[in-house]
Amino acid sequence: MKEIDYLAPTSLGEAYGALQNGKTSAFLAGGTDIIVQLREGRKQVDQLIDVKHIPELTSYGWTADGGLEIGASVPFAELYEDAEIVQRLPAVIDCATLIGGIQIQSRACFGGNIGNSGPAADTVPALIALGATLTLGSQGGTRALPLEDFFTGPGQNVLAPGELIVKVNIPAQPANSGSFFHRFIPRNEMDIAVVNVGVRLDLSAAGDRIEAARISIGAVAPVPLFVPAAGEALVGQAPTAEAFAAAADAAAAAATPITDMRGSIAQRVHLTRVLTNRALDKALERAREA
Amino acid sequence: MRRTQIQTTLNGEEIDFLCEPRQSLLEVLREDLGLTGTKEGCNNGNCGACSVLMDGRVVNSCCVLGVEAEGAQITSIEGVAQGEHLHPLQQAFLEEAALQCGVCTPGFIVAAKALLDSEPHPDEGRVRHWLAGNLCRCTGYDKIVRAVLKASEMGEVSA
Repeated sequence: MKEIDYLAPTSLGEAYGALQNGKTSAFLAGGTDIIVQLREGRKQVDQLIDVKHIPELTSYGWTADGGLEIGASVPFAELYEDAEIVQRLPAVIDCATLIGGIQIQSRACFGGNIGNSGPAADTVPALIALGATLTLGSQGGTRALPLEDFFTGPGQNVLAPGELIVKVNIPAQPANSGSFFHRFIPRNEMDIAVVNVGVRLDLSAAGDRIEAARISIGAVAPVPLFVPAAGEALVGQAPTAEAFAAAADAAAAAATPITDMRGSIAQRVHLTRVLTNRALDKALERAREA
Repeated sequence: MRRTQIQTTLNGEEIDFLCEPRQSLLEVLREDLGLTGTKEGCNNGNCGACSVLMDGRVVNSCCVLGVEAEGAQITSIEGVAQGEHLHPLQQAFLEEAALQCGVCTPGFIVAAKALLDSEPHPDEGRVRHWLAGNLCRCTGYDKIVRAVLKASEMGEVSA
């Protein structure tokens, strides 16, 4: 790695100040992407800003109305060791427990996975399905942004110079709803998704009708996709195999993948359909357990 | 070359060292502190050969900067045995012949120690899942998994 400055601000104000000092910056949270990118010369910056000493980024908690606010640099392991999150937001656990091995999960975090903005980012379809928003902060203040509006291309996003991801906000989930995230990889662990899918299914009080659904797919386009048409295909339907198949078809229709070393276009479109179908089955189980 | 002074606790001993911000913790351990038990495999977070404990969690030291060790508790493979007494994991790896070339072994032992410290009696599936971030190109993993399960039956395993 080339020579680099290291800063460890202890407040947001100090971090925003560091972003204004005229040098090019990258953020250091878990380091599992950025340290490798810098070492391999895929990215070059003057300074690394370690965000793990800023309280807003290193803490998480439930809001008064039942949402969960997660500081951008909270490591996955800290989240999946929390029994209340396991119980209340299992889709968060679905993605947090399958990214890398234990060594990666000790350090890697939502802010890093989102900020890295890979098309196959495994946290993103789960969070989009849950309706997550980001809190982006800068010297001028903060703004909230739906997660699905954050990405602009592979490795690219709307983050302005001087701005950082402070928090991921997961709103309170509706009663009688269930969410699920999974991916396809050719190995058991430790791989990048060929396709990944996150879904949320909101049932009526009686459980016989779908009130709303959110479906998000990854690794099938330059950015992770939110597919409103797939969710809308389910509204007002009974939660049947036929309804799920129609939604899965809509998800597959939105996929515009490329052929690369991980999979072909045809395989990825097929996987989008299969994974969406299965994710809806699992989300339905969870909604009925809720 | 600008070097920063870092204070940390390494294998139970409070130390300080100088390092450049660009240096990984792995590089500091091996090149500057002479602790070559921690191995460099892929140097990109995939193989686990450089596993160390940082504040009780197992991390890849190639994906940690030396400067991040400030104020932390670090345990490397050199801190796993207690004096002349091998840790049960080390003893079990020998008894089960759970190593061939040995390059991955320190990482496996450190990672397995993190597991047994938090879950003294994991089942086989749990061991395999926990060690998914450690690669071994010699053993085929079965002997390693058997050794970890054996160590878990050897009683007190925490440091």
